[in-house]
Amino acid sequence: MPMIKELERICSQVRRDILRMTHACQSGHPGGSLGCTEFFVALYFEILKHDPRNFTMDGKENDLFFLSNGHISPVWYSALARSGYFPVKELSTFRKINSRLQGHPATHDGLPGIRMASGSLGQGLSVAIGAALAKKLNGDNRYVYSLHSDGEMQEGQTWEAALAGAKFRVDNLISTIDYNNAQIDGRVDDVMPIGDLRAKWDSFGWLTLEMNGNDMGAVMDTLRMAQEKAHNKKPVMIIMKTEIGYGVDFMKGKYEWHGVPPNDEQVKKGLEQLKETLGDY
Amino acid sequence: MNHPATPELLETRAGFGDGLKELGRSNPDVVALTADLCGSLKMTAFAKEFPDRFFQVGIAEANMMGIAAGLTIGGKIPYTGTFANFSTGRVYDQIRQSIAYAGKNVKICASHAGLTLGEDGASHQILEDIGLMKMLPGMSVINPCDYNQTKAATIAIAGYSGPVYLRFGRPKVPNFTPHDQKFEIGKALILKKGSDVSIFATGHLVWEAVKASESLEKTGISAEVINIHTIKPLDEEAILESVLKTKCLVTAEEHQRNGGLGDSIAQLLARKFPASQEYVAVDDSFGESGKPEELMEKYGLRAGDIVKAVIAVLQRKK
Repeated sequence: MPMIKELERICSQVRRDILRMTHACQSGHPGGSLGCTEFFVALYFEILKHDPRNFTMDGKENDLFFLSNGHISPVWYSALARSGYFPVKELSTFRKINSRLQGHPATHDGLPGIRMASGSLGQGLSVAIGAALAKKLNGDNRYVYSLHSDGEMQEGQTWEAALAGAKFRVDNLISTIDYNNAQIDGRVDDVMPIGDLRAKWDSFGWLTLEMNGNDMGAVMDTLRMAQEKAHNKKPVMIIMKTEIGYGVDFMKGKYEWHGVPPNDEQVKKGLEQLKETLGDY
Repeated sequence: MNHPATPELLETRAGFGDGLKELGRSNPDVVALTADLCGSLKMTAFAKEFPDRFFQVGIAEANMMGIAAGLTIGGKIPYTGTFANFSTGRVYDQIRQSIAYAGKNVKICASHAGLTLGEDGASHQILEDIGLMKMLPGMSVINPCDYNQTKAATIAIAGYSGPVYLRFGRPKVPNFTPHDQKFEIGKALILKKGSDVSIFATGHLVWEAVKASESLEKTGISAEVINIHTIKPLDEEAILESVLKTKCLVTAEEHQRNGGLGDSIAQLLARKFPASQEYVAVDDSFGESGKPEELMEKYGLRAGDIVKAVIAVLQRKK
């Protein structure tokens, strides 16, 4: 599987970017970013039909992606830059003054690839449904993708959107939940249990799939399966099991890395575990 | 000023519904959403004629704002319709992040604003919405005064790219502005020239200001009446020109004194030309159940209250 190997090589570089970006500004959210790296790399390097060098807000005849849990901006910015949306060296401006790479994704500085501001949680599914409805009205058959955190299942608006997605038969929408069972105050199971996610989404009328988000082969297979199952009257929800901090041994599985940057010693140790495959920015 | 002596009574919300229907025919990008208040917002005609462009989202206002924001990404011009209370305070963060900060072309259309919602009481009578919305960077805030103006504004805002808060009301009120008016966002309308005092009014209070100026005229006081249908962006030039002449002013609105039209004008004048000002507005209070006219009387928002405010401000005028 040469394609999977190549994607995994890109993941290693993206993870280096995440560590270096959060280390450089001594803030940001490395944990969820590391955990969702396979998903972003699969999406931006294989799955999406997109035109990184000619970004348009309406993305006509292209696939769209929305990040609802905006705090994992480091992995998104890295995937965008590495796939050609903007210069890789701009990653060094993350969270710094006068940067287009705001702490949470923003549109008002015109960063290519970003179509919606996010950060305040639970809003992205509604937005993705709206964008998917507009595609339908426009006779545009491409897909809308979105990513949400498991913590966002605690936001009421998510479930308002779950009802609407089924009612409006938004079957051009492929959404994914990062189910890492970690949020800022602890394990999701402890902070506010979200129960049986699959049963919930099934009963809300979505077509539900599950995958291991840290296995590139599984991510690619499931995203392709989602495309095949789309356009069939139901929106698709993929429950993606991941480990927070995946790829760096001392971060893996620890909710404490939700929003804490690595210090000098930790970033050194982390980078030793991740091969520089595409060249650091 | 040319207006009929006893104008026909019509709802401003009906102006919205009729404007939306016309817009549906002329602009295929216009879509509409409601959160279980299609009938109250007079959106039924649009919904019937354009079922594919109408989205009933149920009692889920936050979701409605997010879906509207998403629809703009495909070039649609969404009009959301619910009560003013549920259009603003209930969904402030959704509007702030997904619409205002993201600069999305959503038209937030809000009926039943203020006390004149009447019998439902304070839970539904929002008097803070102008303040909430004008605080958001990039948000335009429009409060037309009658049926014709609401209809014209509804149509006009489709031609402007950016988020808009369009506020109107529930009851039947005098329809006194021209049916063929051209609505220009941010352009104050001088309804009556005067030299002693400027009265700046918005929404339902514009008609009260007109009546107040007519009774003031009988006592020899010449009041200039200006309809500020757009609170943001404010027509600074028109306001300054009037106050430079009259040297004092009264502002009138169906809203809290804090954060409303009066405060916007006071802020302008504090910077450019300080002048004595009286507010006709609700004084840090919630509303209550009652008939619209009873509430306007009790909370001091009638023509007579404007007259009293004019007399008070003229006594302080230097």
